[in-house]
Amino acid sequence: MQWEVVIGLEIHAQLATKSKIFSGASTAYGAEPNTQACAVDLGLPGVLPVLNKEAVRMAAKFGLAIGANVSRRSVFARKNYFYPDLPKGYQISQMELPIVGTGQLDIELDDGSTKTIGITRAHLEEDAGKSMHGDFHGMTGIDLNRAGTPLLEIVSEPDMRSAKEAVAYMKKIHSLVQYLEICDGNMQEGSFRCDANVSVRPVGQEEYGTRAELKNINSFRFVEKAIDIEVERQIDVIEAGGRVVQETRLYDSDKNETRSMRSKEEANDYRYFPDPDLLPVVIEESFLTEVKASLPELPGEKKQRFMGMLSLSSYDAEVLTASRELADYFELVVEKAGGEAKLAANWVTGDLMGALNKAGQNIAQSPVSAEMLGGMIKRIQDNTISGKIAKEVFEAMWQGEGDADTVIDARGLKQITDSSAIEPIIDEIITNNPGQVEQYRDGKDKLFGFFVGQVMKATKGKANPQQVNELLKQKLSG
Amino acid sequence: MYKKSIAELSQGLASGEFSSAELTRTYLDRIETHSAGLNALISVTADEAMAAAQLADQTRQAGNAGLLTGVPLIHKDIFCTEGVKTSCGSKMLDNFIAPYDATVVASCKAAGMPMLGKANMDEFAMGSSNETSFYGPVKNPWNIETVPGGSSGGSAAVVAARLAPIATGTDTGGSIRQPAALCGITGLKPTYGRVSRYGMIAFASSLDQAGPMTRSAEDAAWLLNIMAGFDARDSTSVERDVPDYTATLNDDLQGLKIGLPKEYFGEGLDADVGRVVDAAIKQYQQMGAELVDISLPNSHLSVPTYYVVAPAECSSNLSRFDGVRFGYRCKDPQDLEDLYKRSRGEGFGAEVKRRIMMGTYALSAGYYDAYYLKAQQLRQLISDDFKQAFEKVDVIMGPTAPDVAFKLGAKASDPVSMYLSDIYTIATNLAGLPGMSIPAGFVAGDKGDMPVGLQIIGNYFDESRLLNVAHQYQQETDWHTRIPQGFE
Repeated sequence: MQWEVVIGLEIHAQLATKSKIFSGASTAYGAEPNTQACAVDLGLPGVLPVLNKEAVRMAAKFGLAIGANVSRRSVFARKNYFYPDLPKGYQISQMELPIVGTGQLDIELDDGSTKTIGITRAHLEEDAGKSMHGDFHGMTGIDLNRAGTPLLEIVSEPDMRSAKEAVAYMKKIHSLVQYLEICDGNMQEGSFRCDANVSVRPVGQEEYGTRAELKNINSFRFVEKAIDIEVERQIDVIEAGGRVVQETRLYDSDKNETRSMRSKEEANDYRYFPDPDLLPVVIEESFLTEVKASLPELPGEKKQRFMGMLSLSSYDAEVLTASRELADYFELVVEKAGGEAKLAANWVTGDLMGALNKAGQNIAQSPVSAEMLGGMIKRIQDNTISGKIAKEVFEAMWQGEGDADTVIDARGLKQITDSSAIEPIIDEIITNNPGQVEQYRDGKDKLFGFFVGQVMKATKGKANPQQVNELLKQKLSG
Repeated sequence: MYKKSIAELSQGLASGEFSSAELTRTYLDRIETHSAGLNALISVTADEAMAAAQLADQTRQAGNAGLLTGVPLIHKDIFCTEGVKTSCGSKMLDNFIAPYDATVVASCKAAGMPMLGKANMDEFAMGSSNETSFYGPVKNPWNIETVPGGSSGGSAAVVAARLAPIATGTDTGGSIRQPAALCGITGLKPTYGRVSRYGMIAFASSLDQAGPMTRSAEDAAWLLNIMAGFDARDSTSVERDVPDYTATLNDDLQGLKIGLPKEYFGEGLDADVGRVVDAAIKQYQQMGAELVDISLPNSHLSVPTYYVVAPAECSSNLSRFDGVRFGYRCKDPQDLEDLYKRSRGEGFGAEVKRRIMMGTYALSAGYYDAYYLKAQQLRQLISDDFKQAFEKVDVIMGPTAPDVAFKLGAKASDPVSMYLSDIYTIATNLAGLPGMSIPAGFVAGDKGDMPVGLQIIGNYFDESRLLNVAHQYQQETDWHTRIPQGFE
């Protein structure tokens, strides 16, 4: 039997507001437990939530960026359940009337084609605190610093058909929220995480299979592995004559397996109802106009501009716009290189990204700044150094020897462009290699490379290759 | 001194006739000698009150006194008070000391008003007789064998017994007006959103509203001036100017249109209470008001609607009392579930549990549409009734409660008959309208006369008119000046 995989993602993006969604406490990560939880976050008797306008603005930004309808009226609802790290005994979320309606996003597939993924909705909600097990003599510790942190839950349609598509979609959203500056995208700190709804069905069957929900996955690699292993499990279950049950499962990355957390039968009845402490959120047209004006250039638009104005290939443009930081870096390189976009693209996607990958660093950590790389490309352009010497310069810059000009000076890498300096060297080589000269003149053209090599060796690679070619041709033919 | 109105106290303090320290001491002494039999107070904060009184006197000497600086009061124990126990009448919060002041408390503090103590109340404001309090029932000063009404029964009793010049209360379905009626005092539930709910422990968030409980409408106007106003910390409070409620007290009532809903004078109303209310309304007619027969056809839906909406909200509001962070925690919990079950099972009383269960049921999957959603629709119908009525009349009048104070224990085992105590007051909460109860006369009881309340309901944010209408009546009558025997 041929199986088709069906995946929908619920992504939780932590909004980058300074204070919490319903209180004035700070959202900064990593503080001592319970030092960033005020009376409202603690759910003390009598306290009331007040909505953070910035969170609404950020959600609206996201809605506009995916071409969705931003609801003029949305409603906060209470999701009721008991858990020690949920201080009020309910989470304030949105149910029937979310702030962002239906939208969509294109992802690029491996074969170069694009696929449109539907986004069902996105809604605002507050995060819970953290339960900490261990070090409490058999008790559980509660840290409420995270309680009340604003989240945007982005729910996709079940449009993805492989783990790879799911990862591509998640990466795309990850990049988008950072472009919009509404989420720092830090997956280690849990600022960006997802639940995956996974099911399988025989190819050709229209109705969906029973799905399992994989909870709280916080890396792209784990998303792919978790989905793949879950798909395998579901197919095994069905092929062995069993049935997949609707349930919540947890991915264990150490064992690379998914485990059942709770089945639907024992699932909570959340008793959603509109939160009477909060009025419906009414968004005025003027607010939306203002948000629209504040939108940055989006990845798609940027890619088109890179392809058009900068004449980059679709592939280069895609790679360079994958994150806003990388795109910004690239644009600065181009500026410093005097507009050499193609050469800049080659260096950024080639040597720079290669070196970063090898070192396990991201663009923000690069020891070679955009200014430095742009400055080096400028020196290639004005013939101060050759492309080959540039690799040495780049390596030196990476090692911290300073910018391109400093390295070129210190190492004496300036290209020899003076014919009167190159000519005597060529003459000497011709004199010292009479046999090769004769063979070349007899028609063995391949030997030309030998002479170029000799010149380069003699000049330690600093002779301008074009001039070497021209002079050699002249002299050998003479 | 304890017989003086707020205006007279303000005057006396300003002229130096007496100090706040003397005034506060007088009331603390009265509390000491008179409160034992009433059980009206959960906390008496004598030291704090005297310190605040001395501060008020210093403020006055420095020339910075406001109109109410130095006038003491009692807060219902539902308002969080920094450093002083806030129990909400429950075992659950018997050990709870709030780290902050409710906005109402902070406003009174800022006005220089010393707090004498905190008033007993039905547990989490759920009750109409004050019998659900963990601290035991409050007794009605007019007859200590009867209930004071609830849930603000302690506040009503202390004002009736002159143990404080004024008190604060809260009203979710009648909890200011019904005890005011049963104790013979004046109580005002303002328009929903007029007074901040911040720091007031929530029962049913969409219905709860704080207000003054006083001897007279004039006193209520003084206190409402302090309590009312927008609060950025309460999203449901309304950003709207607060008028000076004392400014219009003496407006003439000539031509005032009073609506008399036929549904408020039918079956279920005690005949003697009905006669007292009729007489009060006649008095208004003599004062120049015009009586208009009206109908609020959906009145009969108020109690059932309320008993879906209020429990639904309370079932969620009271989830935070879980034994984890504050309040009561059971001994030696075996695991998390045991902690939850026993902390809540042991910490809450029977009525609170009953309402949590009703509300949980009403919000459950499969029942939500039939109960909660339906109740919201009925709520709209009830509001629409009032909207139409106020196109024809200026205020609506009727009885506050169907009967005078009943005997302690009389309805304790019959929740439905208890719920019907609020049959005339609940609709205004569902509609969010302001409502008042003022003393309108007495009915003879086996231990002497028992007070009857006249309810006056106004249009949204029409508190000024309610106070004016009530004050004018109190210029013609002396019911509100009567003091129960043993408390003179």
